[in-house]
Amino acid sequence: MILIRGGRIIDPASGRDSVADILIDEDRIAQIGDRLRAGDAQVVDATGSIVSPGFIDLHCHLREPGQELSETIETGTAAAAAGGFTAVCCMPNTQPVNDNASVTRSIVERAANCRVRVWPIGAASMGSKGDGLAEIAAMKDAGIVAVSDDGRPVATARLMRQVMEYANALGLPVIDHCEDGSLAAGGAMREGPTSIRLGLPGIPGASESICVGRDVEVAKLSGGRLHIAHLSTRASLEHVREAKNNGLDVTCEVTPHHFTLIDEDVVYDSNYKMNPPLASDDDRDALLEGLADGTVDAIATDHAPHHAASKDVEFEKAPFGITGFETALALGLAELVHSNRISLMRFVGLFTTGPARILKMERKIAEGQPADLTLFSLEHRWTFQVKDSASKSRNSPFDGREFHGAPMATVVGGRVVWQRNVARAARQ
Amino acid sequence: MRVVEKRQLLSAEEIERTLQRLAHEIVEKSGGTSNLALIGVRRRGVPLAERLARTIKGFSRVDVPVGTLDITLYRDDLSTVAAQPVVQSTEISFGVDDQDLVLVDDVLYTGRTARAAMNGLFDLGRPRRVRMCVLVDRGHRELPIEATFVGQTITTSDTEIVEVRLREIDNEERVMLVDRVS
Amino acid sequence: MLTELANQGPAHIQVPQRLRHLLEVAPLTTEQISFILDQAKPFQEFQRHPLKKLATLRGKTIALAFFEPSTRTRISFATAAARLGADTMNLQAESSSLKKGESLMDTVWTLEAMRPDAIVIRHAASGAAHFVAQRVDIPVLNAGDGTHEHPTQALLDALTIRDRKGRLEDLNVTIIGDILHSRVARSNIHLLSKFGARFTLCGPPMWVPADLETLAPRVVRMSRIEQALEGADVVMSLRVQTERLHEPPFSADDYVRLYQLTPERLKKAKPDAAVLHPGPIIRGLEIDSTVADGPQSCILEQVSNGLAVRMTLLFQLVSGLGPDAPHPASGTVQ
Repeated sequence: MILIRGGRIIDPASGRDSVADILIDEDRIAQIGDRLRAGDAQVVDATGSIVSPGFIDLHCHLREPGQELSETIETGTAAAAAGGFTAVCCMPNTQPVNDNASVTRSIVERAANCRVRVWPIGAASMGSKGDGLAEIAAMKDAGIVAVSDDGRPVATARLMRQVMEYANALGLPVIDHCEDGSLAAGGAMREGPTSIRLGLPGIPGASESICVGRDVEVAKLSGGRLHIAHLSTRASLEHVREAKNNGLDVTCEVTPHHFTLIDEDVVYDSNYKMNPPLASDDDRDALLEGLADGTVDAIATDHAPHHAASKDVEFEKAPFGITGFETALALGLAELVHSNRISLMRFVGLFTTGPARILKMERKIAEGQPADLTLFSLEHRWTFQVKDSASKSRNSPFDGREFHGAPMATVVGGRVVWQRNVARAARQ
Repeated sequence: MRVVEKRQLLSAEEIERTLQRLAHEIVEKSGGTSNLALIGVRRRGVPLAERLARTIKGFSRVDVPVGTLDITLYRDDLSTVAAQPVVQSTEISFGVDDQDLVLVDDVLYTGRTARAAMNGLFDLGRPRRVRMCVLVDRGHRELPIEATFVGQTITTSDTEIVEVRLREIDNEERVMLVDRVS
Repeated sequence: MLTELANQGPAHIQVPQRLRHLLEVAPLTTEQISFILDQAKPFQEFQRHPLKKLATLRGKTIALAFFEPSTRTRISFATAAARLGADTMNLQAESSSLKKGESLMDTVWTLEAMRPDAIVIRHAASGAAHFVAQRVDIPVLNAGDGTHEHPTQALLDALTIRDRKGRLEDLNVTIIGDILHSRVARSNIHLLSKFGARFTLCGPPMWVPADLETLAPRVVRMSRIEQALEGADVVMSLRVQTERLHEPPFSADDYVRLYQLTPERLKKAKPDAAVLHPGPIIRGLEIDSTVADGPQSCILEQVSNGLAVRMTLLFQLVSGLGPDAPHPASGTVQ
């Protein structure tokens, strides 16, 4: 039994925003009320913290099987827990690709003893090569929650239609990494004044929006559920906004680095290289608007670890991707809450009910619900040191960044799987 | 570097008289002025060489050519990282082959400048003869170098510095002996 | 009487902060650039000495890490080092272990383990020189990194222009060719803009994108070469960079028809306009032979100035380095 005492509960599903205690029994929330008696429950002092439903990361890379040098399910989930995440959806671009039930099962088994819940995303096509549908039904039985060929776009409109129709019938959303291969080929960063100055091959913003446009049309044609991964441009957002206005089941997520950094921030440091690349100042403004007005449904990290040697090369040669679990919340607080762009309730929704809705799940703080909770502070000041990260990889542009606000504790299935190491008098 | 003056070695008048004497000595010991040329070693050797040439013209009516030589590229003791090495041009408009050259500098000390100057000259050609003329010889040679024409010879210690000020460069005219202050 | 020692060196010359590396011209000040060009004069003169060998950098070793094939720049640097009396370590792309999969840093660390005094690097990746400079303990000289910068080229071009035109200020400069993929163009735009130059860029549209106009305050594009050349003080012709193209190359006939620098077209520029080309020239393609060999062409001066500028930079970056060399202000040489 655990008593979470004195926290400010923010629960988007019910709209609750009040200070109360939560008593957890086994893996469920047993009681919510004022000044609950602890009995022999372990007490977690949540005074001064926000208590929200457990965060869900819709998009991450755990690199297992096959790329364990960069990350394993165990180290990735440890980093996720340190970021306040209670559940993560891992993308299928492992080695081998998660395109069949046996790989899915192996991931689920490896994750069984890990700190946070792992919900795998299965490949849309065999090997994510775009040649034919993957074993989606078998993977669904083995536990996938969505399909995607992430790392690449779903290869053709025709295949996208087939995947959407098939996945929809199985009750799964299709998540697309939107990119036009012919425009993006050879690119290392966003095409623009900065790519010109640095002499780096550019990826035009249109590469993403062309594909988003295609996918929206296919969604209309097929009637399926479309979720746009790591959306990064104004033009892409316009497509999503229009699709929603037309009643299509189209959703999207944005990463913290895309609402924090822009192409002008790029220097010759591969920690600034990711796909989609950091976009223009105007695109970032559009993302912040979309996060405020509800066009953006979720924040997802796209945590993409790469071991040091692979990233420590010339910019053009480096693989795309940065880590993100441990900085996501703090970056969100900085850009969205402390800057008064969105309410705390909505902010919590972007990490909880937003992702949950896309997966057709519930996420709420109520008696009887699974005890998945995220405790975070709006005030705690700390500096992110990448060398102390729980991830195996160190590829983050935020090393040394000072933050105002932090995850404080993560509770999964009634167990405190992570707590911030802060010297504080324990109060019983 | 901070220094304190110990004594004056030459006043402006004394410098002028010394140069007059040196100019006559040079012509005398060269058997005339044919093929004679003066090479001023940057920086202060240059105005000295020009003054010697003017003096020589004054009493012999001969224009002895004057060249300037920058030895930065020939030094064996270039600066450490802190200071910026700066090189200036060498301007010797006449050929040095078969010339009777006199290197002119303000002070002769270890002899390394003279060695570097000779390296510079020999890169340009093959002079018939190279001799040296200095205002002050302060001893402490580290190489087998001698000056044929010397204004004044003095004994100095290692911490002392002979400070030459010439009007063309320093807006004053005197030679002092100074000591380093730590 | 306490005084400051007067003869500490050429105090009459404004000496800017010593450079540790030369990676790009973009952050240099006009003082730093003018200083380098002024310092190049003795080295220009030196090229006329009968005996072109100094001992200034004797005992020093310069590593020439050329990861891209290059004949002229490599020879220029090798000669510059040799004339200063330095030894060189030569890495050439064709025989490079890179082809066997060794990473850039492993190759550089292998070179560094042999303790050179400086590294001159040319590489196909933009930012490669910065990458190396952040990881080694010795001066790094960028001999061209991807499509980013070629600082020594811009400096030798500036020296050539200054000698020909008598000044660097407020020039009208026209650049013709594949500017998108040209590090030479970028470095020149950065450098000359600091002196108030106005740039007109002209070339095949897909290689002269609008974003180039953001490189410096007065950069415009023009589609027709005759217009672009109007009133130019300096004309820079660029080589068609076939090795950098990711798509099918431009038709040679079309290129000649639209962009070749011919005597007739050159007449649109000022009568004393200087014509520059970084080399190697492809006669009959980007430049007509009459222009390349004509009185306005500075191509050969560029080559010899390249040697002078590279000697200057090696001298400035490498001379006197090391714990044993005494400080010049210690007064041992008099």
